[in-house]
Amino acid sequence: MEVAAAKMIGAGIACIALVGAGIGIGNVFGSYLSGALRNPGAAASQTTNLLLGFALCEATGLFGLVIALIILFT
Amino acid sequence: MAMNPMEQFAIKPLISEPVLHIAGHPIYFTNQALLMIIVAIASSLFLTLAVKPGRLVPTRGQSMAELSYEFVANMIHSATGEDGLKFFPFVFTLFIFVLCSNFFGMVPGSFTVTSQIAVTLALACLVVGLVIVVGFMKHGIGFLKLFVPHAPWYLLILLIPIEVISFLTRPISLSVRLFANMLAGHTMLAVFAGFVVSLGAAGGIYMGVALAPLLLIVAIMLLELLVAFLQAYVFAILTCIYLNEALHLHDHH
Repeated sequence: MEVAAAKMIGAGIACIALVGAGIGIGNVFGSYLSGALRNPGAAASQTTNLLLGFALCEATGLFGLVIALIILFT
Repeated sequence: MAMNPMEQFAIKPLISEPVLHIAGHPIYFTNQALLMIIVAIASSLFLTLAVKPGRLVPTRGQSMAELSYEFVANMIHSATGEDGLKFFPFVFTLFIFVLCSNFFGMVPGSFTVTSQIAVTLALACLVVGLVIVVGFMKHGIGFLKLFVPHAPWYLLILLIPIEVISFLTRPISLSVRLFANMLAGHTMLAVFAGFVVSLGAAGGIYMGVALAPLLLIVAIMLLELLVAFLQAYVFAILTCIYLNEALHLHDHH
């Protein structure tokens, strides 16, 4: 197989990491909403944890994206 | 391919001659150095000039400066407690620097300082270095208890290596998170801008179709503004959490 073609395939495979990030972010916000609707009084105090969970989740997916970009552009 | 979306992250020397030599390596004055200087000067000028008059009824500028101060102070207080507040200057500087670099990077045609792993890794190493120094100054050799969670001895065989590895990967995860978010966001903007250019160049009916990615860019720009703030916030709050562990080890929950 040509190296260029293998690079393209590899970059595509590396982007699968974003599937996990998508599931994770959906989970974070979904759980927050269901919790917040049950107990709206406690919702405001959990925004820090919400944003933290969102950012930590998104970062894991982006690691995969960075690998893809490194493969493509180096 | 009309243009390379990664081109915007290229570091170019602004002055073709090296400014100085350190151990035989030429040091250039680059666009990144210029943006970092602009960010540092602009943020410190704004924060000092806005609160200089000290009005009782604050103007908009003074409100912004005071709000950011209160925001960071509350964040440190809730994450580390009372004795974390002596690290306020450090965390505040870090937060404002990352926030302003992210926002300056959103200006079209400028350069995003935080999209360079060299910058974010240096910041993250600073944070983790401070955590280690603070931990050993406060607890002495007892700081190593950070790596020993409350668990039966047979689990500790497994847990201590995991704790050590997770501590050692902190600078990497902290820096790659910020750098990857900025890199991915700006690359996405450039890719969609490329769609607009190539569709517009095709002419005819495609000119109308080019409107869709153009509108999408506006929406992504808003999302990127949110991400720019959120990443600065996450960087600062993780710094607070790490400092909290160094100050209180495991006894503070």
